[in-house]
Amino acid sequence: MNRFAALFAALDRTTRITPKIDALAAYFRDAPQADRLWTVALLSGRRPRRAISTTKLREWAAEHAGLPLWLFEECYPVVGDLAETIALVLPPPTRQSDTSLSDWMAEIAALGALDDTARKARILAAWDSLDTPQRFLFNKLITGGFRVGVSQRLMTRALARATGIDEAELAHRLMGNWTPDTTTWADLITAPDPAAALSRPYPFYLAYPVEGDPATLGDPADWLAEMKWDGIRGQLIARGGDHFVWSRGEELVTDRFPELAAARDLLPPGTVIDGEILAWADGRPLPFAALQKRIARKSVPRSLLAEAPVVIKAYDLLEEAGRDIRHAPLAQRRARLEALLAPLPARGPLLLSPLLRFADWPALAETRAGARAAGAEGVMLKRATAPYLAGRKKGDWWKWKLDPFRVDAVMIYAQAGHGRRATLYTDFTFAVWDGNQLVPFTKAYSGLSDAEFREITAWVRRNTQQRFGPVRQVTPAQVFEIAFEGIQHSPRHKSGLALRFPRMARWRRDKPAAEANTLDDLRALLAEQTQGTGEA
Amino acid sequence: MQSPMAGRAARPILRPMAVLSFTEQGIYCAAGDFHIDPWAPVPRALITHGHADHARPGNGAYLATRTAAPVMRHRLGDIALDTIGYGETRRIGGVSVSFHPAGHVPGSAQIRVEQRGEVWVVSGDYKLEDDGLSEPFAPVPCHGFVSECTFGLPIFDWAPQARVMAEVNGWWADNAAQGRFSLLGAYALGKAQRLLAGVDPAIAPILTHGAVEATCAVMRAQGIALPATVPVTPDTDLGAYPGALVLAPPAALGGAWARRFGGASSGIASGWMALRGVRRRRGADRGFILSDHADWAGLNTAIRATGAEKILVTHGYTSVFRRWLADQGHDAEIVQTAFQGEGLDSGEQTP
Repeated sequence: MNRFAALFAALDRTTRITPKIDALAAYFRDAPQADRLWTVALLSGRRPRRAISTTKLREWAAEHAGLPLWLFEECYPVVGDLAETIALVLPPPTRQSDTSLSDWMAEIAALGALDDTARKARILAAWDSLDTPQRFLFNKLITGGFRVGVSQRLMTRALARATGIDEAELAHRLMGNWTPDTTTWADLITAPDPAAALSRPYPFYLAYPVEGDPATLGDPADWLAEMKWDGIRGQLIARGGDHFVWSRGEELVTDRFPELAAARDLLPPGTVIDGEILAWADGRPLPFAALQKRIARKSVPRSLLAEAPVVIKAYDLLEEAGRDIRHAPLAQRRARLEALLAPLPARGPLLLSPLLRFADWPALAETRAGARAAGAEGVMLKRATAPYLAGRKKGDWWKWKLDPFRVDAVMIYAQAGHGRRATLYTDFTFAVWDGNQLVPFTKAYSGLSDAEFREITAWVRRNTQQRFGPVRQVTPAQVFEIAFEGIQHSPRHKSGLALRFPRMARWRRDKPAAEANTLDDLRALLAEQTQGTGEA
Repeated sequence: MQSPMAGRAARPILRPMAVLSFTEQGIYCAAGDFHIDPWAPVPRALITHGHADHARPGNGAYLATRTAAPVMRHRLGDIALDTIGYGETRRIGGVSVSFHPAGHVPGSAQIRVEQRGEVWVVSGDYKLEDDGLSEPFAPVPCHGFVSECTFGLPIFDWAPQARVMAEVNGWWADNAAQGRFSLLGAYALGKAQRLLAGVDPAIAPILTHGAVEATCAVMRAQGIALPATVPVTPDTDLGAYPGALVLAPPAALGGAWARRFGGASSGIASGWMALRGVRRRRGADRGFILSDHADWAGLNTAIRATGAEKILVTHGYTSVFRRWLADQGHDAEIVQTAFQGEGLDSGEQTP
């Protein structure tokens, strides 16, 4: 683990790209192959499952450190990370270990089959042979929480540099549901077996937001536009008589959306479609909450299938008759997609995401203004001549979202954040007025600068009225403008409402709490939106 | 033995006739009619050390150690300042007062107050490790000990100074070899000089921010040996100092001042660098865990060494540390003060 810990330290200590790539490339050149493979797995989010309950870990760590459990629990919110808290409180190791990363991973995998006594013995032995940074990593790995500030793209770039293999090709080889137990460095990276690729998706191409005026994109004739659907991005693969559905997070979600099994019959083998998975009824999207119910269920009851049926709105064709056609211009891929889908049933589940015709930019702006009424969140712009690239690349794909809803709300509770936001109050609960009462209606965590979070943290400390464990009730005095993408009826919330993507747009220091918005204002927004989506 | 929680709300923190009490202005000794490290102006102030949260302007008369005096004059200007040597006893009203090394920064002291055989010690800020620059901490037996606990949690465990200095030297030498400046953020009073005295000046030249240089000049003038430094001014030709170590207050690291060292690697020396979250938030390339405050083990050792029956904790993780001390059988209480200890975030703390 020494070598991996050194790599982690090098990656963790800088936010600059060049030193990260240098450190990764050096590691991918010299580390043992099994360790490299595990590193690629960990950096692409293929973490082992949690091997042990965190309650047990806390107890064992406190006991081993000779601390009362309450004191350990007081340390945790200060550190903001359980794995790190444990690493910091433990007494120094009495032994050294030169066990490699892959051997540690095998050790961790073996923990699952042991009883608690044996697990405890193994974990204590591990702690006793690792220094603080290595313990931190070990704890992250056994709690299933390993993460490091390296994007998959950056890792792929370093891998390309170390192996001399083309970056886009590598990105594709790394997709799919492999684990270090099911493949080897050679099979995955240097000499992949084509048969293993049956379920493998292509890397998704991601859009940048339009900042300002889309007219800066040039001649409207160069661009294809379509609705920006508010579902989950998905890739539908039909190969060898089978089908696979991947989410953008590279999760295999085939079984969650059984409707899409129709692809086996409807699509010729060797077809890969990129599109948006949506809950859909009567020719329009259902509110996102309906899809959310589907996402939450690994197996879907019949009643839910009827209540929230799913379709894929297809907007791109990546593979045709077994051939990767991503290099072809979008206009051509679109034409072939349309030809492929034209004969299919209009009720779904494979539907075309239609192009929006527009003569000039003002015309498209007008269409965009109606997006919410169409159940969408804006429009997409894609360059007609562009190939299908991998990852977020600026220039050819743009999302032009509707402006968010905004309300002014009063902060009433605050809670400290985790990780780099530990010791800062960053997680707030907001309320609006209902008569003389403040009714909580949303939480928000993001949108302020570090300096603003520091300032509000000092304020929270001075203005705490009551504590409920880690939560502080504060004087209702600070007003924040909350931006959000949608609003829905929700019987589970006290306010009867739930927001989509709430965040703090601005700290309204100029506004007294009495001038914040009201629950009636929110209900009016709900009514406005409900008219749009036709929700009952 | 009395339960530590029994009657807490009803009982005053100290007996009315106690040696020390706590007023709006700070820690007060009625029998001697003076305050220790007051946070609002008082006629007579005894000062543990020159950091801004302990030595404030506006007091009628000051008493501090001889070593602390020059920095206090530098920071507070023309004040009525009387000095005292370590271990020297002075009678003030009905009490005897003496100052004892706290090991925090050069000149820092714990203040011992004795009234009719009852002894109280106010720690100010302290650390146990001998940093080679400050007069090393010496425990003072007492009945009551007023202690800081800035790092009063068991997650804080300092490595020996030599190891931290080796890390700093390694980082600096590596940067120097690649022609980069090493921009190191450290408090201008104390931490910066501790680093100066601890790093290897043979690696490359050492440049200083004005705030750091000013304190260095004061200390050099009083006979404290520090390696040569070059203050950075608008006219400084930085090209003449390739690979230099640049010492600056942490708040200067993110600002316009630091931009002139384009491509520099940045580091921060602070006890808070023990926490990965803080390290990442501060955005420096390197965090060096170096504090002038006692770590968890240090606080516990110091408190045991005083033999005190009564412990009052002032600033830091007071509620947790008080409960821990009570669990250990001490009679421990919290007193609210305006002391800050080592600041968590740059730009909002004075050195």
